[in-house]
Amino acid sequence: MTMTTAGVLFLLSLVAALVAVHRPFGDHMYRVVSGTRQSRVERGIYRLVGVNPTAEQTWGVYARSVLAFSAISILFLYLFQRVQDKLWLSLGFDPVVPHGAWSTAVSFVTNTNWQSYSGESTMGHLVQMAGLAVQNFVSAAVGIAVAVALIRGFARSRTGELGNFWVDLTRITVRILLPVAVLGALALMIGGAVQNLSGGTDVTTLTGGTQHLTGGPVASQEAIKELGTNGGGFYNVNSAHPFENPTAWTNWLEIFLILLIPFSLPRVFGRMVGQNRQGYAIAAVMAVLALASVTLANVFELAGHGTVPQAVGAALEGKEVRFDVSNSATFAAATTLTSTGAVNSFHDSYTALGGMMTLGNMMLGEVAPGGVGSGLYGLLILAVVTVFVAGLMVGRTPEYIGKKIGSREIKLASLYFLITPTLVLAGTAAAFATGNNATALNVGPHGLSEVLYAFTSAANNNGSAFAGITVNTTWWDTALGLCMLLGRFLPIIFVLALAGSLARQQPTPASEGTLPTHRPLFVGMVVGVTVVLVALTFLPALALGPLAEGL
Amino acid sequence: MRLPTWLAQHLAALRALLVFTVLLGLAYPLALVAAGRIPGLDGRADGSLVRVSGKTVGSSLIGQSFTDADGNPVPRYFQSRPSAAGEGYDPTSTAASNLGPESVVDTIAVNPDESTRSLLTQVCSRSRAVGELDGVDGRRPYCTPDGVGAVLAVFRADGLTGRITRVVSVNQVAPATPFVGSYQGVPVELARPGHDYVADGGIITPVRGDAPARPAVPADAVTASGSGLDPHISPAYAEIQVARVARERGADPAAVRRLVREHTIGRALGFMGEPAVDVLGLNIALDREFPAP
Repeated sequence: MTMTTAGVLFLLSLVAALVAVHRPFGDHMYRVVSGTRQSRVERGIYRLVGVNPTAEQTWGVYARSVLAFSAISILFLYLFQRVQDKLWLSLGFDPVVPHGAWSTAVSFVTNTNWQSYSGESTMGHLVQMAGLAVQNFVSAAVGIAVAVALIRGFARSRTGELGNFWVDLTRITVRILLPVAVLGALALMIGGAVQNLSGGTDVTTLTGGTQHLTGGPVASQEAIKELGTNGGGFYNVNSAHPFENPTAWTNWLEIFLILLIPFSLPRVFGRMVGQNRQGYAIAAVMAVLALASVTLANVFELAGHGTVPQAVGAALEGKEVRFDVSNSATFAAATTLTSTGAVNSFHDSYTALGGMMTLGNMMLGEVAPGGVGSGLYGLLILAVVTVFVAGLMVGRTPEYIGKKIGSREIKLASLYFLITPTLVLAGTAAAFATGNNATALNVGPHGLSEVLYAFTSAANNNGSAFAGITVNTTWWDTALGLCMLLGRFLPIIFVLALAGSLARQQPTPASEGTLPTHRPLFVGMVVGVTVVLVALTFLPALALGPLAEGL
Repeated sequence: MRLPTWLAQHLAALRALLVFTVLLGLAYPLALVAAGRIPGLDGRADGSLVRVSGKTVGSSLIGQSFTDADGNPVPRYFQSRPSAAGEGYDPTSTAASNLGPESVVDTIAVNPDESTRSLLTQVCSRSRAVGELDGVDGRRPYCTPDGVGAVLAVFRADGLTGRITRVVSVNQVAPATPFVGSYQGVPVELARPGHDYVADGGIITPVRGDAPARPAVPADAVTASGSGLDPHISPAYAEIQVARVARERGADPAAVRRLVREHTIGRALGFMGEPAVDVLGLNIALDREFPAP
């Protein structure tokens, strides 16, 4: 079997698995977020936290709860890293430097998991498992909770109430993320991922050299890193490391875990608004964009254009033999289409056009299928923009799922959309204006790509890197930290505000003039609007970077 | 006493975080550490360590260098891929090269310690070295016979256009011989240390040359992996090493080839990943069956 045939089968098997699982798993998530019966564990948690699970919150209270929880998380994680040398299992590492601790704290709380440190030489086991991995869970739960609040905005009418953040956070964590993470971690351990508290083993190699084999609670962190679309590796080289991703089938499993929740959430949307076909339409938009992107990434990487790939005979620099080119490209597409940012191969060494696909995926706003929760709310915002554009064309007040998209709604949607491009382009410009682009490893168009990639990754809360850039300086840590923070929480505030204003409306019954939003026509329009918005925003920057290099 | 709302909210947040830290940060990973003690799983949870006569020599998942103290290949062993992790296969500083597809111009400084080699030159020099070690043709497209990137800086009268005024082979310095004598009628000069021919306005022009499109040295032999710890090589790279290893050990090449096959891991379920040879396992088997004379 050729590598291309095997690569196509690999992709098709992933698609088949997701098609099979998204309905039952989506139904399970639907029951979790709409159920009102609390288990004993959950009641215990509410008592410890001191909240009343039956009290509902307005969008403002919900948003302030999200912000309070995230602010405390950042502070806690920052302090945790700063005192790690005094704690158990520190492996003798020093406290993380202030700017690094800030960047890492923000990065994990915002579900970005951008890493300006290398795990095996910076973080002790306790910080990894009780600090970073905890945020892998709860930041993912926050994303899903916000998406669910937005869906409630569509589903409810004449109410100010959007649910209770603490209840959503708890139920999503305990009933969705934790069980799947346990299963995923056990599977990874069977594949060979390590799970221990050892400081490592010193060995003498066959030829008499020395090697320090690292240990750590890796499998437990790896499973939630993929499932929660977080992406922060236990080790510097992330999922390329054989202890994180030992075999070709664990590689398949990790991609599956990355895509599982994002592709199941449209089902939750359909169930909650009472029209499954609306969920299918959203899933179709995600699938069309994702399939196109993953196919192109494979085509570009397998074609292997560029001087070095031509000299080598394949785009194999930065890739593992057990994954080779095609399975690496599929992982790269999945990780950038979602907000994961885990890597099993190094995007910086990709062909110019293959690398551009990873950048373009993030610039799409990570909506195909996007991060857990953030992908769905991002795409629902684009659907709102699409009905608005369509409404302008025929001269009617646009509506979506029975809710009128008036001036307040479209303003919030536009603000949501403008945040990321503003952060990316202003940040890139600032790096060049202040000379901080000089820490990039490469020069010329590839150097611009590296800086652009860093800001795109941070502002979209992806966290993958064109790693050939030194970012553990005060300037980079501060700038990227701000980008991650604003790129996560401003959109969340606008989404919740939109949810609040939708929930207050009374439903508009569909009439003959209503644009049906479950037909292929609408799917095509959302795809078109997404691509056009991105192209208009980022094409000039792409033209100076990867396009200039690749053509 | 009733707390202000904003304070109550942050207190709830702190309590929630502490509860989740205990549940997700301690109970969850420690339960899995305990699960890793189950017989059958324990070896893997501990890092798949490999022992030879009671001594741990490595992990079956982590590659290692089969080189001597000076970094030269030990010819009786199958060689791993190039590695960008520390000094090579160092699990405490895992890394990829992160060099891009158009990294083709070396920085040749006056002080050799400040020089850096482009990815292209690294590929070319590895290909040449493997070719020499294993007695195969080490030539590659875009590589000079002396194993650096075949790249010219072409200076034209009007910048990007006009007649050619000067041509420099940017990766070759004296006493090398330029890989082509002349380019479109203009004699090719060698580079001089400390000069930046890109900044001077030269147009970077890689030259394909006449090397075969499918080089004898396989792709994985000349590229660094993403982790820097790749425990595998391709069956093709193993194949070109068979003759050398067999010769060094006084073994029958067919017997060595059989061991290679035994240590080749096929695709998972027949379609996931690519076939790969477990280098450490293979070398241990060789030491057992054909101890070096």
